[in-house]
Amino acid sequence: MNQPLIRMDRVRKEFGRSVVAVDNMSLTIEKGDFISFLGPSGCGKSTALRMIAGLLPVTAGTIDIKPPEAGEQAEQDLGFVFQEPTLMPWARVFDNVWLPLRLAGVGRNRARERVEQALREVGLSKFERAYPRELSGGMKMRVSIARAMVTRPRILLMDEPFAALDEMTRMKLNNDVVRLSAEHGLTVVFVTHSVFESVYLSNRIVVMAARPGRVAEELQVGAPWPRGDDFRTSQTYADECRRVSAELKETLHDDDIDH
Amino acid sequence: MTTTSTIESPQEARTPAGAVQDEPAPLNTEHLAAMRRERILAWVMPLATMALAILGWEWWVRANDIPHYLIPAPSRVAETLWTDGPSLLQSAWFTVKLTFFSLLLAVVGGVLLGALFALSRSVEMSLFPFAVILQVTPVVAIAPLILIYVANTFVALLICAWIVAFFPILSNTVIGLRSADHNLRDLFTLYRATPWQRLRYLLAPSALPYFMAALKVAGGLALIGAVVAEFVAGATGQNTGLASRIIEASFRNEIPRMFAALVLVSLLGVAIFLLTTLASKLVLGHWHESEIKRET
Repeated sequence: MNQPLIRMDRVRKEFGRSVVAVDNMSLTIEKGDFISFLGPSGCGKSTALRMIAGLLPVTAGTIDIKPPEAGEQAEQDLGFVFQEPTLMPWARVFDNVWLPLRLAGVGRNRARERVEQALREVGLSKFERAYPRELSGGMKMRVSIARAMVTRPRILLMDEPFAALDEMTRMKLNNDVVRLSAEHGLTVVFVTHSVFESVYLSNRIVVMAARPGRVAEELQVGAPWPRGDDFRTSQTYADECRRVSAELKETLHDDDIDH
Repeated sequence: MTTTSTIESPQEARTPAGAVQDEPAPLNTEHLAAMRRERILAWVMPLATMALAILGWEWWVRANDIPHYLIPAPSRVAETLWTDGPSLLQSAWFTVKLTFFSLLLAVVGGVLLGALFALSRSVEMSLFPFAVILQVTPVVAIAPLILIYVANTFVALLICAWIVAFFPILSNTVIGLRSADHNLRDLFTLYRATPWQRLRYLLAPSALPYFMAALKVAGGLALIGAVVAEFVAGATGQNTGLASRIIEASFRNEIPRMFAALVLVSLLGVAIFLLTTLASKLVLGHWHESEIKRET
């Protein structure tokens, strides 16, 4: 029986007594999926992601993650990338990436090769000894991604990671994320409020609405995956963006958006 | 799984198109000279004003024929420092020991209690009132009692100075340990860090800037505490600090000697300030905003 990798079943999250952040959210995520949670601010997409990561308890419902099989074992099954780079300012780039392994009891020398590989994959080999403050915003985000990848997780959760970056840097990082997830067979859940970003990155888009935060619609992106820069200028990309925008407009009434 | 994919080097590292030219652009010599001037002025200005003030004082005392038992001229104070030097230095050493030990105890106690407070809300709620009472009650008011209960004068003085220096360390340690970035906290939760790992790799480094700021304050306060306590104790005899020498000299109307002792106390304070500032620079210099020099 092929069990889905992540199954959310009627998940509900309340903050305090009256605020329903997520209501009745059911979703299955298969291995290798690249899923976007797309919606306006206040629709509970970040809350849903944090619940999957186990950083927030659910109020009701269940979230099941299929346990790793033999050979898939990693120090940490989930990688998480925050909206901010969230690096330790007192530690060099190497030590920041080493952190997840260090917390799992892997010493500096044993971790070296893997840390170096993770940094190589995001193109920051030369910056091992730099401090975060010496890096640009895009480079800090790459360090953050390398740190999430260093434990070789099966699942990568990303919470609007590129929202604060400029357009050029964001496109580059989008390409990197697609390439990394394809190479490593990762399952990615990506929170964003950008239609263009979600269409470019994902094979499925979960459109969410606010008050209460809920799944409004699930869309398939009709284009082969993984994608490269040429997809950005293709007719398919333009068509899919138009379609998702139209669906979004239709689903989200004016009062669904938390102004 | 091994991949040796290459990503174009981050765009920040590229040279801008068209930057290749035959000759290097002329240096902004004006700006470089201004920076050099500023570096020199940073030393010269304070030293010059200090020298000027001392010279003015000297001139004013001589010009008005003010007797040295009212206000001694700086030259007179220097002379006293020279002649009374050995005995004054002995007292200064006593004050140094007192200040240093009280600061050390304040750091140990403040950090340990602060860590305990940060770990447990209930411990904090039950013990914090005591810490506040200790802080708000003037040390001059408690000192006589302490001197009655504690037989050893040095220990009694130590306790007085400790009370003054302890609180800033405690309160800043508590705030510092709580100041860690909440996303980083989540990250440590995600990676199932043990409480010890969390303290060592996240909370302690986050608290360090706050602790160093407290150390600067507490260093000065420890000296004040040591001096004030000795005034209250009114200790006399062989084994006494600078404060006792000041009292002693005032009884005998030896104003130049009072000034000489005062100069030593000030120098001690300046030394403590410089040491704690240096320590802060060494510990935080490579990462914390407060100690990083901005290039202009």
